[in-house]
Amino acid sequence: MKTKEKSTILDTRAMRLVIDRMAHEILERNKSAKNLVVVGMQTRGAIIAGRLAKKIEEMDGRAVPVGALDITLYRDDYRSAFKQPAVQATDIRFSIEGKDVILVDDVLYTGRTARAALDALTDFGRPKTIQFAVLIDRGLREFPIHADYIGKTVPTAKNEEVKVQVTEKDAHDGVWMVELKK
Amino acid sequence: MSLTIKHLLGLRSVPKEDITLILDTAKGFQEVLSRDIKKVPTLRGQTVVNLFFENSTRTRISFELAEKRLSGDTVNFSSAGSSVKKGETLKDTIRNIEAMKIDMVVVRHQSAGVPKYLTECTNAVIINAGDGSNEHPTQALLDMLTMRDRWGALKGLKVAIVGDILHSRVARSNMWGLATMGADLWVCGPETLIPQYMQEFKGVTYTNNLDKALKNAKVVMALRIQLERQSTGLFPSINEYRARWGITAQRLEKSGCSDALIMHPGPINRGIEITTDVADGPNSAILTQVTNGVATRMAVLYLLGGGREHAAE
Repeated sequence: MKTKEKSTILDTRAMRLVIDRMAHEILERNKSAKNLVVVGMQTRGAIIAGRLAKKIEEMDGRAVPVGALDITLYRDDYRSAFKQPAVQATDIRFSIEGKDVILVDDVLYTGRTARAALDALTDFGRPKTIQFAVLIDRGLREFPIHADYIGKTVPTAKNEEVKVQVTEKDAHDGVWMVELKK
Repeated sequence: MSLTIKHLLGLRSVPKEDITLILDTAKGFQEVLSRDIKKVPTLRGQTVVNLFFENSTRTRISFELAEKRLSGDTVNFSSAGSSVKKGETLKDTIRNIEAMKIDMVVVRHQSAGVPKYLTECTNAVIINAGDGSNEHPTQALLDMLTMRDRWGALKGLKVAIVGDILHSRVARSNMWGLATMGADLWVCGPETLIPQYMQEFKGVTYTNNLDKALKNAKVVMALRIQLERQSTGLFPSINEYRARWGITAQRLEKSGCSDALIMHPGPINRGIEITTDVADGPNSAILTQVTNGVATRMAVLYLLGGGREHAAE
């Protein structure tokens, strides 16, 4: 399998602007940050969650709790996956009971990960709402899942891959589309 | 990120990467166990049989909790009151159980080698929960997790295991596992209770001098002295054992290891292999070991239980 870099979806600057805009939208819809908590899905969703929370704090002046969620144990392919994904840390040090939870992921694709995340989150309590924020919505859904906040919608084919990179893990920010060739 | 092993029979031939993956995965389960809802749906639809031919409280309950917290279905079998008493062979027992469509078997047996034998009779995943005086791998893994949590790394860590090494499957699994992980392992006890094949354990040092074994140790593990063995002649009097190999606060201080993590696989003979003040002291990890046992067994079940549909194709 060869990969071929196809095109840039978001460069560093565009990615920052998109995240800032999503923070504005979250605050606009929820009126204030008073009842908000942000939970990001490991690994890159958690990093984007941290940035969203920071931006919301800057605008609202209130601290917004941030947590990380690992959904490995809630996946639906445990019996069929060739390799088990590594269990990563779940770190939610606050109660989500009665809160408006902003669930954050980097890419929304089949919707299976989001389904697992909803199961995982509700094991932590009964939030008032769960709102779903994604940096990229690439379509091709297999489950009836939609996002409330979308950084950018990018129509894709199954043989394409969307690569999100963040400074904390990959040395720079940006989103690329990669074509997988057989 | 998958294990190279298909069954957990012992730590003797388990590579370092597998041990590290199990310990890393167990960290994730420690977090699950700290939640209000201590249950995840991972093993939903899988059936695990706990096949116990020998008495056990701690290990059986620990495995059962681990299975239930992963949402697996569990069936408990104990040889008392079973067809084993009517003369059924081990092979027939396991094949009958397998015919009921099970996925994993956790087995404890008084004879060494039974888990290995079972892998030849069934397609289910076999996990050894103690076989004779051979191995008790999940106990050693939870011990290593407890040590790693306290001191950060196992490589170069000085660990002293004191007591009846010869009959202890816990000691044997720890000797294989800790040697693989590069720990500085010392074993100590009366010479009659030390295996003759010590040279097989690379990197493990034997001494009958407790002060040498304890010197600057970071972990001190006392093993249960089986009082019934006293009549076999392998063993001095209880008083002599206590005086020479009993773990006391004074002995620990004298050897410069007052901050050592104190461990014991249980059940404890208080006042013989270890004094009550040490066993219940601030550095005691004896109950932490029990808590870590559930997380470690969840990790083993998780890592061995998945991905077989694909593998069978």
